[in-house]
Amino acid sequence: METFLFFVAAGLALAGALGVVLAKNPVHSALSLVLTLLTIAVLFLLQGAQLVAAVQVIVYASAIVVLFLFVIMLIGVDREESLGEPFHFQRPAAIALGVIALAEVVFLAGHEWATGASATRGGLQAGTGGNVERVAKSLFTDFVWAFEITAVLLVLAVVGGVVLARRSHLKPDNAGAAQPDDAVTQGDGGERVRNP
Amino acid sequence: MTVTGSYYLTFAAMLFTIGAVGLLVRRNVLVMFMCVELMLNAVNVTFVAFSKMLNDVSGQTIVFFVLVVAAAEVAVGLAIIVAIFRRRQGSATADDLDLLQG
Repeated sequence: METFLFFVAAGLALAGALGVVLAKNPVHSALSLVLTLLTIAVLFLLQGAQLVAAVQVIVYASAIVVLFLFVIMLIGVDREESLGEPFHFQRPAAIALGVIALAEVVFLAGHEWATGASATRGGLQAGTGGNVERVAKSLFTDFVWAFEITAVLLVLAVVGGVVLARRSHLKPDNAGAAQPDDAVTQGDGGERVRNP
Repeated sequence: MTVTGSYYLTFAAMLFTIGAVGLLVRRNVLVMFMCVELMLNAVNVTFVAFSKMLNDVSGQTIVFFVLVVAAAEVAVGLAIIVAIFRRRQGSATADDLDLLQG
């Protein structure tokens, strides 16, 4: 049963990944990405990582993909794109590079070289409690400093997103306050397209 | 036939390769972003597989930090894309972003 589930989920995930790369319409790419993310959540469940699977569905498959779709609709690029290539050598080179990297990593993974020492504490089955409790204990003891740093990172991301995406409603004589927006919107040759 | 850890590692390698090739091949900035997400997810699968193989819960904890980095990257990256597209109406390819070309 586990074997069957693994092959179904892995096949669907790879199909979704190919759909992301090959779809001409960005909306179709985003929906293929949802398929890949949900089947990866199934793979997490198969490996006994219940909390990670839940977070994968909640954060990735809903929040991040909805953000992608929102931006696609906002900037209106939901029309098909020609898959033509301006650089003739780039696509064969990229595919050759991908095949080489795939062969290399599959060769390494097939030999099961990562059989280091097992953990002496914090094991997957040690003690009482479920997966959520173990991950929480690890997150708030061993990784608490990294956890605090992620709070700073998220605040910085929110501030950066607001600064980059907001429209400047300030008069030109308030140029000091409008500097970040100007740095983005001023481009080549003073061409400034801005909706009133 | 039982599914061992190397099956998951092989799957993650294939997913990562698809994402990397897509990042190099596609020219739409949003699709390139989605390919970056694919690569990050492949890394997550690898972390969870190693967590199972080594019987250590730290691998699952690190997945959370990868998730946070992905969320921050998406927030800032999509804001940059919106700022660029607001100025250049309609152009959706990375080839048009050549201001630093000199």
